[in-house]
Amino acid sequence: MSTLDKSMELAGQPPVALSRFQKVAVILGLSGLFIILLAGFNTNFPNKGMWLIISLTAMFIGVFWFTKEAYDKKLKGIKNDGVWFKSISSKGLWGWITGITLTGFYIVLYFFPEFLGLVKNGANTGIIALFDPLSKLLSGNSASQWFVYGTLYTVAILAFGIKFISKYRHNRYEIIRTISVMFFQLAFAFMIPEIMARLNGKLPYYDLKNIWPLNYYNFERYRINAFIDSGDVGMAMLFFGILSVFVISPILTYKYGKRWYCSWVCGCGGLAETAGDAFRQLSDKNLSAWKVERWVVHSVVVFVTLMTTAVIYSYLGNDTSKYWLTKNTFLIGVALLLTAIFVLAMVFKREQFQKDARYGAIGYFVIIMALIGFHFLSGEGNVFLFKSETLRKSYGFLIGSIFSGVIGTGFYPVFGNRVWCRFGCPMAAILGFQQRLFSKFRITTNGGQCISCGNCSTYCEMGIDVRAYAQKGENIVRSSCVGCGICSAVCPRGVLKLENGPLKGRIKSNEVLLGNDVDLMTLVNENN
Amino acid sequence: MENIVIIGNGIAGVTAARHIRKNSNKRIIIISAETDHFFSRTALMYVYMGHMKFEHIKPYEDWFWKKNRIELLRGYVSKVDHQKKELQIEDARTLKYDKLILATGSKPNKFGWPGQDLHGVQGLYSKQDLDLLEINAPNKEVCKRAVIVGGGLIGIELAEMLRSRDIPVTFLVREKSFWDVVLPDGESGMINEHILDHHIDLRLETNLHEILADENGRVKAIITDKEEIIECQMVGLTPGVSPNVSFLNDSGIELGRGIKVNRFLETNVKDIYAIGDCAEQHEPIGNRRSVEAVWYTGRMMGETVAQSICGNRTEYKPGHWFNSAKFLDIEYQTYGWVFSTQGKKAHEQHFHWRHPSEYICLTIAFHKETRKFLGINTFGIRMRHEIFDKWLNEERDVMHVIKYLKDANFDPEFYAVYENEIAAKFNSEFGTNLKPEKKNWKRIFAIG
Repeated sequence: MSTLDKSMELAGQPPVALSRFQKVAVILGLSGLFIILLAGFNTNFPNKGMWLIISLTAMFIGVFWFTKEAYDKKLKGIKNDGVWFKSISSKGLWGWITGITLTGFYIVLYFFPEFLGLVKNGANTGIIALFDPLSKLLSGNSASQWFVYGTLYTVAILAFGIKFISKYRHNRYEIIRTISVMFFQLAFAFMIPEIMARLNGKLPYYDLKNIWPLNYYNFERYRINAFIDSGDVGMAMLFFGILSVFVISPILTYKYGKRWYCSWVCGCGGLAETAGDAFRQLSDKNLSAWKVERWVVHSVVVFVTLMTTAVIYSYLGNDTSKYWLTKNTFLIGVALLLTAIFVLAMVFKREQFQKDARYGAIGYFVIIMALIGFHFLSGEGNVFLFKSETLRKSYGFLIGSIFSGVIGTGFYPVFGNRVWCRFGCPMAAILGFQQRLFSKFRITTNGGQCISCGNCSTYCEMGIDVRAYAQKGENIVRSSCVGCGICSAVCPRGVLKLENGPLKGRIKSNEVLLGNDVDLMTLVNENN
Repeated sequence: MENIVIIGNGIAGVTAARHIRKNSNKRIIIISAETDHFFSRTALMYVYMGHMKFEHIKPYEDWFWKKNRIELLRGYVSKVDHQKKELQIEDARTLKYDKLILATGSKPNKFGWPGQDLHGVQGLYSKQDLDLLEINAPNKEVCKRAVIVGGGLIGIELAEMLRSRDIPVTFLVREKSFWDVVLPDGESGMINEHILDHHIDLRLETNLHEILADENGRVKAIITDKEEIIECQMVGLTPGVSPNVSFLNDSGIELGRGIKVNRFLETNVKDIYAIGDCAEQHEPIGNRRSVEAVWYTGRMMGETVAQSICGNRTEYKPGHWFNSAKFLDIEYQTYGWVFSTQGKKAHEQHFHWRHPSEYICLTIAFHKETRKFLGINTFGIRMRHEIFDKWLNEERDVMHVIKYLKDANFDPEFYAVYENEIAAKFNSEFGTNLKPEKKNWKRIFAIG
């Protein structure tokens, strides 16, 4: 009998238990959350400002202390020991409990803010009231559920950002990138809009780094009116919003890839990279997941384009003498822009599209054009068959709330930390489209050095099978890559490097890898 | 249709199969006794350390094989009958072949130590060894101390694995410094320091004398050649590997240490080839060893033999030597030939630079008289494979390498760079006045 066939699948018992101080740190952090929970049950804290500071400080110090215990005594280097043994990071019981808790929080936040203490036309109670002093300090207004969320979000990015920096302290790319997302969250997402509200009450709440279509509501009527009403500053902000879609982001993406946004600036990316770092390995790497991803995320782009077009269309006038931008001019403009992108991509980059991508692009293009054409054929009425309001509401509900919040963040411990960015974010899809076709960015594969170990693929939060490229000696040029740099960091053989280089030779595939006979390489690779 | 049978589903056999499929419609069967599917052997350590699950170290999804019509057969080949052109699998069934590729890999060395077959004593090579390690050393309660014998790449990996579970490790190394038969002294010394940083009890110039058993036939201690008794619950034997060829002893296929092959990877028997760790060249190629147990060479032989099988008889002519490894937290890459201080060629001169405080260093080997660049070892700095391959092809001198070293740097963006310090040290040692050139994309990508 063969003895070779034995599969002795015993679960190992590595040191996954927390140290004593880490347990204390966890308790400290949870006690901060507990204060907020008590507020949720309408415990009336005598000095709200002080209790809020105690709560936030406890959470921050809890994470900070945990980090020091986890990494400070260890030598610098990759810290993935036991990741797949720990319940929280391997879809175990704690992972599911955390996921369900977070999901519950998001459902309350989006759909039942009154449970958090939001009172219409009255003083806040509960959790939101606890945050009133801080909100008044910053903007002069009482807090809302979004202020509570924004504060907690910022604390999470800062505290877990320090954890991330500590974990990757040997890697300057990771350190600088993380300081960047911490800065943009604290300054642009949290402080500046509040302060601007204090300076000019008419300005809409505007996180300047939040670009359309991630910021899908930026061109809605009430915001446009608010921009216009608040004078030059408002107009400058509106102009900046348009400029960032059509000029700033294409230039930066051309030079650096979409990472300039997704893993250096974006708040969603910021949370995923910091608080979500422990879950990056849970993203699905199967080819089937990639297929789903491509269809879903590009459908969201189509959806947001239709929705925004319909919304802007709905409040534009018909009379050219009043304002140059009318319903017709606008629709023709949109049609021209989309046609230009479609034709340019299909003419110049046709060979880089997979078959299903070509079908998808043609299909969606025809649909959009048909809908725009419908307007002109049918005369006045609904554009796109639906009322713009219906489109706007369903987008806000399905994509804005359910996808980006409830699933995107709530399910970190189950689907990985970039579910939203990968499957849902229309901004990421647009930047990715450009990154794939027209950018200097790539992940260079270092000759023949790959040993197919799989660390890169496993720790890719976007679910890219990095190894599939590296082991072929092929550079990684994928639209979904957010340039977090972790594949390069965890590679034990120095195979991967994120870099911005010349467009020529950016995508290359080798049949026979470097290291073999030069004649054979020439023969086989040229036939290829 | 021709039947191509490949014994062994490691990197060599699988690469051969993939390339045969790309170039032909032949029937391909891969036989393995070890696992159902190909996995990355060099990544086994990460499964024990919890960085990955076993499924993550499989480079292809399970549907890949069927889609590419590569048939997988689980079984142990006990006999090869080249006259009938058939294989016997586990004394039970037979399988016909038209062409046979032997890619059976290695097995861990054992040198006849007393007690080497006790329970708790093992090597680290196969998936089965990994499973066994989960039994022998699941945690520090069951395994209060482990002893590792043999200071090579597998030895230090096993030490890192066990330390990831806080298991105390004693590491017996025969040489006077870690891996100093391969590494120049400066580098070897640096790795010694790093091993101690990881709280590994490193015993240099120490050999295993005997392994002692308890009443149940389990290891309870070892005795060193310095007559020290070290209590332990697990002994890892990692003094290298040798070709896994014993099943071919009476097959008529010529064996030495491995399966003897010519430059076309053909054995003495027509239609039988050998590739990867198990193949032994009649004459070594250049400075290479006649048996090369390295991932990359296995892959390259697979790429080559597939050409021959598909009608384009091709000689195995590996290009410039390269390799890489990771010693605990320190990455190592090498391009060209840098020999150890003791094994240095007469004409070979070394330039060594080490960072004053970090574990970063490099050694450049060059010809004493002509100053021709021979090779480079780097620790803690990543280098571009293409650039060094090009410089070796162009037979550049060492001054060229120092001058254009920034082109070769492959570290992640924003990393501190040391080319100026390196050049300054070189200048002071060799009386040159070299100034490193700025990195230039045109030079970097003017390749091939």
